[in-house]
Amino acid sequence: MNKVRVAIMGSGNIGTDLMYKLKRSKVLEPRIMIGIDPNSTGLQRAKNEGLLVSHKSIDAVREYADQFDIIFDSTSANAHIANAPVYRELGKIAIDLTPAAVGPFVIPSVNIQDALKVDNVNMVTCGGQATTPITYAVNRVVPVSYAEIVATISSKSAGPGTRANIDEFTETTGKAQVVVAGAKKGKAIIVLNPAEPPIMMRNTVRCLMEQEGPEVEKAVKESIANIVKQVQEYVPGYRLKHEPQFDGNRVTVFIEVEGLGDFLPTYSGNLDIMNCSAVCVAEAMAAERFNVK
Amino acid sequence: MMNNKKIILTDVTMRDGMHAMAHQFSDDDMAVIAKALDEAGMDIIEATHGDGLGGNSLQYGLAKNTDAEYLAAVAPQIKNAKLSVLLIPGIGTIEDLKEAMQYGINTVRVCTHCTEADVSAQHIAFARKNGLDTVGFLMMSHMIPPEKLVEQAKLMASYGANCVYSTDSAGNLTPDGVTARITALREALPADVHIGFHAHQNLSLAVANSIAAVEAGADRIDVSLAGLGAGAGNTPAEPFVAVCNKLGIPVGADLYKISDAADNLVRPRMTHPVQVDGKSLMIGYAGVYSSFLLHAERAAARYGVDTRDILVELGRRKMVGGQEDMILDVALDIAKQAK
Repeated sequence: MNKVRVAIMGSGNIGTDLMYKLKRSKVLEPRIMIGIDPNSTGLQRAKNEGLLVSHKSIDAVREYADQFDIIFDSTSANAHIANAPVYRELGKIAIDLTPAAVGPFVIPSVNIQDALKVDNVNMVTCGGQATTPITYAVNRVVPVSYAEIVATISSKSAGPGTRANIDEFTETTGKAQVVVAGAKKGKAIIVLNPAEPPIMMRNTVRCLMEQEGPEVEKAVKESIANIVKQVQEYVPGYRLKHEPQFDGNRVTVFIEVEGLGDFLPTYSGNLDIMNCSAVCVAEAMAAERFNVK
Repeated sequence: MMNNKKIILTDVTMRDGMHAMAHQFSDDDMAVIAKALDEAGMDIIEATHGDGLGGNSLQYGLAKNTDAEYLAAVAPQIKNAKLSVLLIPGIGTIEDLKEAMQYGINTVRVCTHCTEADVSAQHIAFARKNGLDTVGFLMMSHMIPPEKLVEQAKLMASYGANCVYSTDSAGNLTPDGVTARITALREALPADVHIGFHAHQNLSLAVANSIAAVEAGADRIDVSLAGLGAGAGNTPAEPFVAVCNKLGIPVGADLYKISDAADNLVRPRMTHPVQVDGKSLMIGYAGVYSSFLLHAERAAARYGVDTRDILVELGRRKMVGGQEDMILDVALDIAKQAK
């Protein structure tokens, strides 16, 4: 069976790391990387790996449209908003790694079925990928009136896009706790830590539950353990740092995300979880839409 | 090199002081304190949650009232002073700032860790464009040398900040460190950009450090009534103004009036002594964010470990402002090791 061919739009750190992950996929074939700068090291690497490359941005998408069916967009929110109609016109499936949110939010362990019906999906944020499954796991046992998450990433792994759009990160990540995980209210906080050596990505999820007690705690713990296993299937470095801590109706969950170290160092769990999740969604699309499993 | 420049005082009793109150000042408390500060001649008065706009959270502690309620209570009490809010990008957003602007705030202080100024670009530019007195606030400034601090301060000024602070969030600096930082900032930034200094009392140096800052050319100094603030508190307004009076440094605040406000309005409302004790001292000594104090005490009690061990470990891990969740993490690690 032929693999489904994919394009990578954006030749930065995310796009480059994505390429290495896609090369391991049994169902996807990275076919072309598209950027804007002919001297980009990302394009050079892609060329060395045998991909087609172009620096002609959206023009290249049209020019090489017969070379791919799925396109990963790791440009910027504004660029994605401009590009999305072109992808649609060409009949391509877009997996959006920017905060543009043209399509629905998708967290693979929670709502991958939502992704399979549409031609543009949004991967939320790194913090959203790391924390939304936990809020969902609590909320499926007992209603969550409020979910609050704190994502801490190393300064080195926060690119200029994240830095210039930090409000979008907090707003989008907070919204995912409600829209995807089902909490009644959500809030997100992001902290950058410049320590050397760089710290691993850390996430803390706190949920206020509408019921409490030993039975609830037992069921919530089990639900969290199950979802962690599920996330680990596509993000191997995702793990609970401690047992969930209960305090009345409040549960606190500590998550650590270690990257695979494909292109970005292992401390960049934040970038890794985005790419792993995006690949997971694309593989599900390949099975559903192209019958490639 | 003292001149007769008037030093602009920013009062943080109702903002940094909220850390020491576990964010439990009521809006009525704030109205009373704000009125007294305004009548005492304070230049800028800051209010809301200790972590600023959007700080009301499980991570930092739920406040008694919302930011909007505090601002609604404080704003009508202020006739002469400027009303300030604090905004930490990553915690609060421009939307939160827009809401605060409906209450007639004059000043916003946009804070980042001392190496991360570039996350404040949008917020500073927005504030300046909207006519606010826009201050860049570089926290934990003891963690980097003066020349690095200058680079970050220049970024904030380039985004539109008309004042940049060296913020000694851990109360870790000694006067020579303050002098070096303020001197470097003053030399590097345009003359029309104010330089500010914010101290903590953890090493019992807040007044001395603030005077060192003035002597090195600072234009603005943060103070609080009775020193109410995170850790061992901030620069206490009363002795600072007294020392300024003795040294002939012009300040707007009246010594008797702020002393009365501190003794009659703030001290009776304190829930625990804000002072240099074994724990707050360790914050300054280990170079840890002052707001961690009460959180570390609570985690220590819950998991049966020593508060000081938590603080020292947080310092060793180079935790920065805003990482209150890591206090629990560290306490759990220490408790595990002890088993």
